[in-house]
Amino acid sequence: MKWAVGAILAGLASVVAAQAYSLPAEKPVVLPRGAGVELVEAHCSACHSLDYLTTQPRGKGEAFWAGNVEKMIDTHGAEIPEGDAKAIIAYLGRVFG
Amino acid sequence: MFARRAIIGGMGATLVAGCSREAGAPAPAEGGTVELPFANGSRPLVRFPGKRPLIQMTARPPQLETPFGVFAEAVADGSLITPNDAFFVRYSMGALPLDLDVAAWRLKVGGHVGRELSLSLAELMAMPRSEIVAVNQCSGNSRGFSEPRVGGGQLAHGAMGNARWTGVSVKAVLDAAGVKPGAIDVAFDGLDGPVLPTGKDFAKSLAVDHARDGEVLLAWAMNGEPLPFLNGFPLRLVVPGWFGTYWVKHLERVTVLDRPFDGHFMAKTYRMPNNACGCVEPGTKPDSTVPISRLRVRSFLTNVVDGAEVRAGRVPLEGFAFDGGSGIRRVMVSMDGGKGWGDAELGPDLGRFGFRGWRLPVELGRGAHVLMARAETMSGEVQPMVGTWNPSGYARNVVERVQVVAT
Repeated sequence: MKWAVGAILAGLASVVAAQAYSLPAEKPVVLPRGAGVELVEAHCSACHSLDYLTTQPRGKGEAFWAGNVEKMIDTHGAEIPEGDAKAIIAYLGRVFG
Repeated sequence: MFARRAIIGGMGATLVAGCSREAGAPAPAEGGTVELPFANGSRPLVRFPGKRPLIQMTARPPQLETPFGVFAEAVADGSLITPNDAFFVRYSMGALPLDLDVAAWRLKVGGHVGRELSLSLAELMAMPRSEIVAVNQCSGNSRGFSEPRVGGGQLAHGAMGNARWTGVSVKAVLDAAGVKPGAIDVAFDGLDGPVLPTGKDFAKSLAVDHARDGEVLLAWAMNGEPLPFLNGFPLRLVVPGWFGTYWVKHLERVTVLDRPFDGHFMAKTYRMPNNACGCVEPGTKPDSTVPISRLRVRSFLTNVVDGAEVRAGRVPLEGFAFDGGSGIRRVMVSMDGGKGWGDAELGPDLGRFGFRGWRLPVELGRGAHVLMARAETMSGEVQPMVGTWNPSGYARNVVERVQVVAT
């Protein structure tokens, strides 16, 4: 593990030159169609990609999804009207179990 | 049971090509998919800036796992180091500082100190330099194996890595600021934050004596290179022996407090059941909790993967172990599901916070075998044979089972 401060600085300089970091384009996650899907797409994808939903374990029931929606509201500040939240939980409970 | 033959040569000197390939699998290619070994474990391999194709758990914010073959290669070549472009990525918060201008960036040090500081990267790099090899492991590493399954990032074993970190100790910086008497906690806040202004900010804290132990670093280099952006460029906290949640990325502010820090990600989440095992009956909730802290001892077999078919006869098993900083005293290996055990030879010591390699040649007769590695620390902690459970799926360290068929 041989390296010099100079090399580090040179590395930093090259990073500085390549300003504005970017992330690869996000491949859209297509959710199964059904009642509430538009609300899920609109509210959930405002802050995160929808693979956050599709990679979760299946069959945990509606209470599992209700807990997650609550966390998004309480911790992450999502502003989801009560009626929308209910429809989102119902969709997730139905589609992902 | 074990063929107690002398181990030929040292670690790394005797790489048996035939065997290290078994784990290996070809380097995963961009655009492909990986099937993690639990239900609903299909993941795309995606290349992010500064990274080789990694296992993408989520795209935004990015959460990328290291393919297990990377660890097998690091054991086989004796480096034990996880390359920067393969090191896992985990963000809690969706707003990444993509417009970061390192020339304008400053680390602000304030709160209960004699004088506030605002330090450029060059100023930090000119301070006394510290270096340490240490494992960064996500609290939820291996969560996908939790049974019953729990919510959260469904990770296999790839949210860990071992790197050589270079920077300045938090102690040196706090000494320069002059901590006032009565300090209790030191809070660390990074530039990544919530997407919505109403979201809670991600910040972590350490007790002031821990922060000033001389081992906690403000790191500006990783394996001799600047930190990759996705691992916290230009500066991240390195808390040797503690879970990755404390290793705050894109550091912006260090605040000394004369009261306990009460931020959401200390007070409400990243918490373990407050009992000796850090566990509860599966499916139940703990009565009280404490912040997650030190890594538990773990070990892995790297050159034979679960479900593999191997040639009967002499098989030189190898892998690595690590713990929260007492150091690895011993790694035991079983090839009959835990009935009999043999001691592996330990590889070079990179320091008590790093991966420790091990190897043991065994004779595998024809048929099915359950291989296991079980590590013991200098402080006497031993990996449990039966896993425990907690609602967040944190801190897995049960002895892993690798089932193989020798033909």
